[in-house]
Amino acid sequence: MVTVISRAGIWLVLLLLSFAAMLAAKDSGFAIHMGVFALAALIGLWVSISKPDYSRLAKGLGPKALADNTRYYDDVIRWGVIATVFWGMAGFLVGLVIALQLSWPDLNLEPWLNFGRMRPLHTSAVIFAFGGNALLATSFYVVQRTCRARLAFEPLARFVFWGYQLFIVLAATGYLLGISQGKEYAEPEWYVDIWLTIVWVSYLAVFVGTIVKRSEPHIYVANWFYLSFIITVALLHLVNNMAIPVSFLGSQSISFFAGVQGALVQWWYGHNAVGFFLTAGFLGMMYYFVPKQAQRPVYSYRLSIIHFWALIFLYIWAGPHHLHYTALPDWAQTLGMVFSIMLWMPSWGGMINGLMTLNGAWDKLRTDPVLRMFVMSLAFYGMSTFEGPMMSVKAVNSLSHYTNWTIGHVHSGALGWNGMVTFGAIYYLTPRLWGREQMYSLRMVNWHFWSATLGIVFYAASMWVAGITQGLMWREYGADGYLVNSFADAVAAIHPMYVLRAFGGLLYLGGAAVMAYNVWRTIAKGDIRNEAPLYNIDQNRDADRPLTAVPAE
Amino acid sequence: MSNPDTYQNLRQFADSWGLLAMVIFFVAACAWPYRPGGRKAGQEASTMIFEEDDHVR
Repeated sequence: MVTVISRAGIWLVLLLLSFAAMLAAKDSGFAIHMGVFALAALIGLWVSISKPDYSRLAKGLGPKALADNTRYYDDVIRWGVIATVFWGMAGFLVGLVIALQLSWPDLNLEPWLNFGRMRPLHTSAVIFAFGGNALLATSFYVVQRTCRARLAFEPLARFVFWGYQLFIVLAATGYLLGISQGKEYAEPEWYVDIWLTIVWVSYLAVFVGTIVKRSEPHIYVANWFYLSFIITVALLHLVNNMAIPVSFLGSQSISFFAGVQGALVQWWYGHNAVGFFLTAGFLGMMYYFVPKQAQRPVYSYRLSIIHFWALIFLYIWAGPHHLHYTALPDWAQTLGMVFSIMLWMPSWGGMINGLMTLNGAWDKLRTDPVLRMFVMSLAFYGMSTFEGPMMSVKAVNSLSHYTNWTIGHVHSGALGWNGMVTFGAIYYLTPRLWGREQMYSLRMVNWHFWSATLGIVFYAASMWVAGITQGLMWREYGADGYLVNSFADAVAAIHPMYVLRAFGGLLYLGGAAVMAYNVWRTIAKGDIRNEAPLYNIDQNRDADRPLTAVPAE
Repeated sequence: MSNPDTYQNLRQFADSWGLLAMVIFFVAACAWPYRPGGRKAGQEASTMIFEEDDHVR
């Protein structure tokens, strides 16, 4: 009873504090956000009062039955899978909208829904909401299974999930309200950053706590990748977001760093957000789900260890390649370029390790669309980790930088590698978490696969053409020594490519909608669609008889 | 950080002992799986994820 009252008391204090901060706010954005905090505290208060089993408390027992250590704790993972699908749909939809805005600028609805505010909404929704929830859910799943231990600190795990959703809501609403500290992929302001820090440290505690109480002596390699992702993202987040608030009751802050130092810190953060959030974390997924789906151990466990150390030792230095031909000292630019090129080796080592896991089981690709997702994901991991180092070479970068080639590169990595491996993991997890025999429809998984793949092809190809067109038009000089094209000429030239890109996004979103239906149907109804199997050997019943001599007539 | 020598000192450490320590750690970590018996340990670790198998074969 004491814990119930003290928990409710904490929520009440938080509710009153955020309500007071809302009333005293210096600007309307901060007031709205404190209102969101107050609402979250109110929900927390309600749950802390209504959830406990009071009949147990009356008997002098704890508020809830003790955790069943013979079972894994999967509630948070189930929520995480649903959140991944939900935020994925939201993020892809906003992506399509901003692609259409670039094609037809009239779609910019000022001020809340213009491109400048919708763009961070899209990037944060797909990276942190879709990708982040996928990482939360899969890391809790994988760490329990590979450690053979129930998740540590269950209430804290629930806090991590809901606290992270609150972070997403604060970030997303903040962008539309115009609250931003102007750092790419780190747009949320100081108070949201503090909140994310609390959530993230709790995440680290749950993950490490589970590893500590493991009953399996060896820590499987997927957990190494997950752990490096959690620790490094904490470090990146803390350093890059160092700022001094203008007022403790306002939404603005001044960054700790200025000028080129600020730019370097930002891209040290930005590139390692790619390296540790979108690569190390997702490699954790890859090293568990690909072997499980292929039913074969990873091709070389020793290679996976080298993949791990080489990736984390090299990635952290690659950030300066975002600042070629800027005020950053030349040696630092070259350092970033050299480390980016060296990164090619661990990346391809890891891709080959993943693909070769299918050695001797390639036939499964014909019958298993989920495995197809994983293989396509690894193929895009290989393609984008080849393209990236190439684009980091200064000579190439002088053509590609600031053009849509960069956008195409990012999306072949994000849609291809991150998206596909996440879809595969969702299809793997959903039947297992909800106790179903299989997904509602494997055919639909196949439709999703082809729709998404075709979408990426349209996206990447159109952005290559657009980017190189821009790069060449911007640098074209006439005989008189003047630039031949104005900026607007290049914009007009790539308009058809923008439209094709939006079409690719539509295909990708359509595939994800099929997945959302498939997942919903599997969870809610659990029936199996009446459909032709994906692979069947033809039967010829007429020919299935002994050969006998036919008497002559 | 006001001392003008701070940058020089940190930079000198990073370019010498710091760099050496990182290289040694990196090489050792990469060589570790190739110790005698490393192959067997790796194979055991890689098949461990199938012991808890929930698959219906």
